[in-house]
Amino acid sequence: MRTAERPRWRGLAAAGVVHGAALAVLGAFAWILGDLLVAGLGQVDWAFLTAPPQDAGRAGGVGPILASTGILLAICLVVAVPLGLGAAIFLAEFTPAEGRLGRLVRRSLDVLAGVPSIVFGLFGNVLFCKTLGLGFSLLSGGLTLACMALPLIIRTAEASLRAVPPGLRQSAVALGMSRTSVVRHLLLPAAAPGLLAGFVLGVGRALAETAALIFTSGYVDRLPESILDSGRALSVHIYDLSMNVPGGDHRAAASALVLVVALLAINGASALAMGRFGRRLGAR
Amino acid sequence: MLSAVIVLAIFGLVLAEAAPLIARVGPAAFFTDAGWQPTSGRFNLSPMLWGTLLTAAGALLLAGPVGVLTAVHGRFYAPPAWARVQRRVVELLAGIPSVVYGFWGLTVLVPLIARLAPPGPSLLAGILVLALMILPTVTLLADAALAAVPAEQLQGAAALGLGRWATVRGVALPAARAGIGTGVLLALGRAVGETMAVLMVCGNVVQVPESLADPVRTLAANVALEMAYAMGDHRAALFVAGALLTALAALLVALAAVVGRRHAHG
Amino acid sequence: MRWRAALALAVLAGLGAQAGCSRSEKTRIVLTGSSTIAPLMTEIGRRYEAKHPDVRVDVQSGGSSRGVADARQGQADVGMVSRALKPDEADLTGTPIARDGIALIVHRDNPVQALSRAQVVGIYTGQIKRWSAVGGADRDIVVVNKAEGRSTLELFLSHFQLKNEQIAAQVVIGDNEQGIKTVAGNPDAVGYVSIGTAEYDAGRGVPIRLLPLEGVEATHANVQAGRFPLSRVLLLVTKGEPSGPARQLIEFARSAEVRDLVEQQSFVPLAP
Repeated sequence: MRTAERPRWRGLAAAGVVHGAALAVLGAFAWILGDLLVAGLGQVDWAFLTAPPQDAGRAGGVGPILASTGILLAICLVVAVPLGLGAAIFLAEFTPAEGRLGRLVRRSLDVLAGVPSIVFGLFGNVLFCKTLGLGFSLLSGGLTLACMALPLIIRTAEASLRAVPPGLRQSAVALGMSRTSVVRHLLLPAAAPGLLAGFVLGVGRALAETAALIFTSGYVDRLPESILDSGRALSVHIYDLSMNVPGGDHRAAASALVLVVALLAINGASALAMGRFGRRLGAR
Repeated sequence: MLSAVIVLAIFGLVLAEAAPLIARVGPAAFFTDAGWQPTSGRFNLSPMLWGTLLTAAGALLLAGPVGVLTAVHGRFYAPPAWARVQRRVVELLAGIPSVVYGFWGLTVLVPLIARLAPPGPSLLAGILVLALMILPTVTLLADAALAAVPAEQLQGAAALGLGRWATVRGVALPAARAGIGTGVLLALGRAVGETMAVLMVCGNVVQVPESLADPVRTLAANVALEMAYAMGDHRAALFVAGALLTALAALLVALAAVVGRRHAHG
Repeated sequence: MRWRAALALAVLAGLGAQAGCSRSEKTRIVLTGSSTIAPLMTEIGRRYEAKHPDVRVDVQSGGSSRGVADARQGQADVGMVSRALKPDEADLTGTPIARDGIALIVHRDNPVQALSRAQVVGIYTGQIKRWSAVGGADRDIVVVNKAEGRSTLELFLSHFQLKNEQIAAQVVIGDNEQGIKTVAGNPDAVGYVSIGTAEYDAGRGVPIRLLPLEGVEATHANVQAGRFPLSRVLLLVTKGEPSGPARQLIEFARSAEVRDLVEQQSFVPLAP
């Protein structure tokens, strides 16, 4: 009797703690977003999203800054996602888990994930802006962001590829499938949730980055004409408005709100796309 | 492969900037000097090393369990629709710029702490804001790891009549250990390297804190605060701080590997 | 996967090459440096571009020392420096475009109306620890100092003949707005920030108050008249004498045409 009671009691307690943790996370989010909404919602309208900033950002909008942010993100993803996915497949499928090379690469990735963003900024400034002669440009910024997002994407993708049960792989090989088609038709769909998590984290990190971008993509708030132009990212704009421009708080909150909504849209769209991708491939 | 090259490039660059000063004053100076007055030739970084370690450890202690439990909640306790909403919310948290966390910390959290335990900007504020920032990383990766646990194993546990919590503890969490470990490691890296938010809420006084209410300065905040205005030796000393930070990240990784291996064998 | 990465890089390179060609059509003036001046120069640059459609003015932030370094190495055509040039920076030519004062601020609810020179020194060196010692409430003083290397810190220290290692601070901050938010959120704090920024915020309901310094009220007008004892110039620096488009821009930034912009960004114009 007693032995039967205890696990149930423990299960209930655990359930309480688990629910509590989830509530705490949601509560914290509601608190922060609530503050943003109160301070920023009244400012956001169509004109704010399209107009160029005026009076150091206290008036006008964020149009050119949104464009720059989009281009930065696109460059970052175009470079980091294929490269990251390739590296993850290489690590998970072609190197043994405890092999020398795999371990070395994995360690250096973890180190890379721990490098502070400001060091990335200095690195990007020296390598892309000066040595490669790209100057303050969206390209420099995007490439720096790609360096930062790579460890997140590779490590999460690798972890989820490794988690695919070996039985699946063996039976596929037994059926005579080639290695590439195993990867394409079996592993990628099976690992989709992990890939998505890595992608989302990467996008989040790229969109949220401030310190590294001040030194690479720069501060110019004009609409960029090419990817070699300097362009201000939304996060840099938020930092400038909240820490450098007196009276910029409300616009900072409004810009942060725009950033959060943009992220929500990107994440939602990628989850949808990934779900469809996974189903389509899984059905084959 | 590329990543190793990038790490080496970053480390090389940082060291190249730092090397002349290290060669001149010796590596010990950065731990034994009388204080941090880089313009007067005193370069003691150890209080800031403590600042970094304490804030990161505190944040992990808070965010680790909460993050994993939130993921467990999403996978095993919440109805699917609710779990999806919850996941979206956490993804959003991951994308809020650190400036916004810092801004929120400075205008909401710090005045609150100032009322309870002055002066306000403190180790505690840093830990809380950092915990919030790394929470999404822990949660999302733990969630992905839990999702990858084969359904047969869970069904097996259910067939054996195990309760929900027993299944989570006995089957799901051990199976997802590697993924959760990756998440915690990435989160720790982020905590060690986080700059802007910490700079805004920690008070940035160079000292070894004696209580949670004392202000601290972390290595990353030190670099960000002073780099833009530093020249000559001062600049080089900040690169030493950057190198130390990178070395710290490497050390953490090595440590995690050792612990992981022992775990696997034991 | 490899070929996809290669393709992506090739596309990027192509875009870059194409962009590279279209880039040279316009004259480009690059400014880097002080985050204090960057918003002002962005606005001045915008007006300059409107008058000269063939010119692009790119303003980058990053700190005074970066302005010095970039102007020296040719990374930037013009550097922005929010302090006077030092003796070892004699290879650069600095042209002032505006002035700015530095004032002590406290929370609006703090009853202390003024601090003498000795009191400021006592508070910042940690000899005076309670507000009651200078006529305020019986509470601990929270001293807010600036981070090492900031030009505001250097000015403050040299005015009060202090050294940074003597200062016993409870909070160390970076930018002006951070200082104002810190003081606004703590009734026991005292700090020092740019007068223009503080006046702007105080006028919009932020709960801070500017203290007079040596009997002179901390106002825009007193800085402009040269009466306020603690002030600095905002400089545009070039390697050697300015020439070409950079010279035209610097002259524009000094002219009466941008006076309203200088005041809009809460700085003090040079000419009365």
